[in-house]
Amino acid sequence: MTTINAPMPSLSHRASRWFSRNLVRIYAALAFIYLFIPVAYTFAFSFNDAGKSNLVWQGFTFDNWKNPCGAPQVCEAVGNSLKIGVISTSLATALGTMIAFALGRYKFKGRTSTNLLIFLPMATPEVVLGASLLAMFLNLRINPSFWTIVISHVMFCISFVVVTVKARIASLDPRLEQAAMDLYANEKETFRYVTLPLVMPGIAGAALLAFSLSFDDFIITNFNSGTVSTFPKFVYVSAARGIPAQANVIGSAMFFIALIIVIVGQVVSRKRKKS
Amino acid sequence: MAFLHAVSSSTSATKNVLKGKSLTPYLLLAPGLIWLVTFFIIPIFSLASTSTMVRPDGAQVGVYEQKLRFANYVDAFIANQDQYVRSFFYAALATILALAISYPLAYAIAFKSGKYRNILLVMVIAPFFTSFLLRTIAWTQILADSGPVVSTIQALPFVDELFRINNTSTAVVIGLAYNFLPFMTLPLYASLERIDPRTLEAAGDLYANGLTTFRKVTLPLSMPGVVAGTLLTFIPAAGDYVNAALLGNPNTKMIGNVIESRFFAVVDYPTAAALSFTLMATILILVTLYIRKSGTDELV
Amino acid sequence: MANTKVSQDTGDLKLDRVSKHYGDFCAVDDLSLVVPDGSFFALLGPSGCGKTTTLRMIAGLEEPSAGTISIGDTDITTQKSYRRNVNTVFQNYALFPHLTIFENIAFGLRRRGIKDVKTEVENALKLVEMGHLSERKPNQLSGGQQQRIAVARAIVNRPEVLLLDEPLGALDLKLRRQMQIELKRIQTEVGITFIHVTHDQEEAMTMADTIAVMNQGKIEQMGSATDLYEAPKTAFVANFLGQCNLIKGKVTSRSGDKAIVTANGLNFEVPTSRVATSNESVFLGVRPEKLRLDDTGVNSIKNCVVTDRSFVGTSTQYMVRSPWDLELVVFEQNDEGLHDLRVGDTVSLEWDPEHTFALDGAGDINAGSDLDDEE
Repeated sequence: MTTINAPMPSLSHRASRWFSRNLVRIYAALAFIYLFIPVAYTFAFSFNDAGKSNLVWQGFTFDNWKNPCGAPQVCEAVGNSLKIGVISTSLATALGTMIAFALGRYKFKGRTSTNLLIFLPMATPEVVLGASLLAMFLNLRINPSFWTIVISHVMFCISFVVVTVKARIASLDPRLEQAAMDLYANEKETFRYVTLPLVMPGIAGAALLAFSLSFDDFIITNFNSGTVSTFPKFVYVSAARGIPAQANVIGSAMFFIALIIVIVGQVVSRKRKKS
Repeated sequence: MAFLHAVSSSTSATKNVLKGKSLTPYLLLAPGLIWLVTFFIIPIFSLASTSTMVRPDGAQVGVYEQKLRFANYVDAFIANQDQYVRSFFYAALATILALAISYPLAYAIAFKSGKYRNILLVMVIAPFFTSFLLRTIAWTQILADSGPVVSTIQALPFVDELFRINNTSTAVVIGLAYNFLPFMTLPLYASLERIDPRTLEAAGDLYANGLTTFRKVTLPLSMPGVVAGTLLTFIPAAGDYVNAALLGNPNTKMIGNVIESRFFAVVDYPTAAALSFTLMATILILVTLYIRKSGTDELV
Repeated sequence: MANTKVSQDTGDLKLDRVSKHYGDFCAVDDLSLVVPDGSFFALLGPSGCGKTTTLRMIAGLEEPSAGTISIGDTDITTQKSYRRNVNTVFQNYALFPHLTIFENIAFGLRRRGIKDVKTEVENALKLVEMGHLSERKPNQLSGGQQQRIAVARAIVNRPEVLLLDEPLGALDLKLRRQMQIELKRIQTEVGITFIHVTHDQEEAMTMADTIAVMNQGKIEQMGSATDLYEAPKTAFVANFLGQCNLIKGKVTSRSGDKAIVTANGLNFEVPTSRVATSNESVFLGVRPEKLRLDDTGVNSIKNCVVTDRSFVGTSTQYMVRSPWDLELVVFEQNDEGLHDLRVGDTVSLEWDPEHTFALDGAGDINAGSDLDDEE
């Protein structure tokens, strides 16, 4: 017959120990639930068989998903947002990547001023960014249009692209480029065969970030769009009379598409490391 | 902001030798910087110029003359000082709330997530793939006066029958905090992730209990993240007007609401410009203090 | 069908009065040396002595502030690194993480325009015994395997000079010893000039035909391992390579091939060929394994006291204090005729004049000795 030497801690003692050790984890789980509640709500109500006003649950239907353009103006708004997003992302990514390379790989005069100029738009409230651009357009008698939106989006996205790409460049071992030159690659070839492939994930991430910032932007767009409709504008304006369920469909769809892109990106980069 | 990117990828130990004596950097910088100067710096000057304009008597709506009337600033401030103060107050509350929610979250991801770390990071950002307007409006519907949440709270014994969440200043603050959570969480995570867990073990070895370790070791080491997150939350929150419009009432108007209405509803560009400029100037002062502390290379 | 943009120079590598300044700091100071074609050459010295900077100037990754570098008759001082017929094995291997092992090795060949790379790459892999790994990526390999691939990637280009920047630093002891033998074998087989930078004196002595000991940007002494060890010319070299006993003294007589150095009242005989200076003030030196625990020799110190004793298997190491309180190190080989001394025993030391050397007494008697092993 074996004797138990150490006394077993009581159930309540063990429970409280488990609780205090996992307190942070429990808290984090609650925080995540909190983050996702409105997303889940939006997704759920995208299936609502409601008319124009998607406020009260009236029944489950796939119709909204089958016909996302059913509500008037939804698809026009989404179409504009997508076009603006693609154009702004392309421009901002190109301009921002060039700046990131200059900052990350070269010595030049005016580094402090450049850093400041990149940082300031991120530190300025959107109201001020939007209002100042509008003030300039008004003073120059330029009417707000599709292109003023693009201009404003490129403007505030550049900084985010610079930050993202620059971080990626900084993590690149400079000895890899030296090794390439040691192995007979001149400056152009080194960039093409070594630097660019290794920085590409950062550039891709920056582009994704820029696109999501552009697609979701409301305040700056509101100030500089005149009568052109974008998806966030559409939602805001519809809030008073009721947002059609199709908007929920678009919102949820964007969520899933972005999620899939990010997950695929993670899986691909992990596969590349293992293969 | 740079923290989150710069830290989540591994840093190399070698010094980065920069290439000098070449025109290339200037050519690379030119297009982007010209864009920023044209569409960021010059508009600020436009804003400043508009702020001192005056509508001549009898002129049409929207027509202004430059008269360098600096009294515009005084007038604008006096007329809207409530909203002005309220904006900074709400922003501060929202920042504190965001910090309270985000810090444990960032801590959990940094230290207690094991192999799920990347997934969790994605999950912090993921909600923001859905339009923030849709999410804010979702909150108004979830927290509707006749909805389940408010009904449940009203049923509690110590709660007033007329308790509501929507269209109150509380809702605005909660909305602001919610909107900017990733901007607080990610820099916090980045600076927490940098802490070598063995430092915390060493503290324990030297007789510090959990709370003391946190106070004396973890918290000070995470301060750069706290500062970054605080600025990245406070600044946009102070200028926001969407949350106040959707979740508030006429008594919760923030300075952003006033600026928006002065531009579009009541066409009064000089006042709107003056208010914008004042807002920006105040925030710039805060940012300058921060820059002095950490240098510009840390920011970008 | 090699691309003609890469020079095809052959011959000895020559550095002529090469210097490198970074602002006020002088990393390499007026350095001159000749590395004979096909030899295994080591640049040895503590960290910060300028050896890596010298290597990088030969590779073309840094430009000298002064002086010239040439291979054979061609001056390559201002040539860009991608034009030089020189390849480098980097300290952290610097393998391209996004390319397979095959493509890593083929990189240099492709940049030179060579179309058919398969045979060359396979031969290089065979040389380093890594043939089965060509489709993997660098991060799937161990440190030792990466190191071999780095060597293969450089050698496949048949450079005139192969530079190795402390390539074995990150490997554990056993693997390092193995790789030292491997590299020596490869160099003999391929016949390329190897220049190996290291701070490990045992490594340099094992592998190199010629060693240049560097200190603070200058070469202290250059020669074979035997020359440097048995006949050092400066206190730094004496202390840096192995262990050394140095006694401060004065040259009191110099005639023919015999010199007398007086220290602390005792006279010691040194062959004049082993006196490295014409100054009067010298450091008298003798290696610990040359000391015998007797008093019958030409050079001897009587009435010493044993202060420490360590048995290390191949030998017993004694610390012995001289009458004037100088600690001397003695190695007694674990062979016949052992003196089994204890701490506190009185003992005499003796050694032969041909094992003695005399170094310039101006300078630090401890130079090169109390440097910790880096990494």
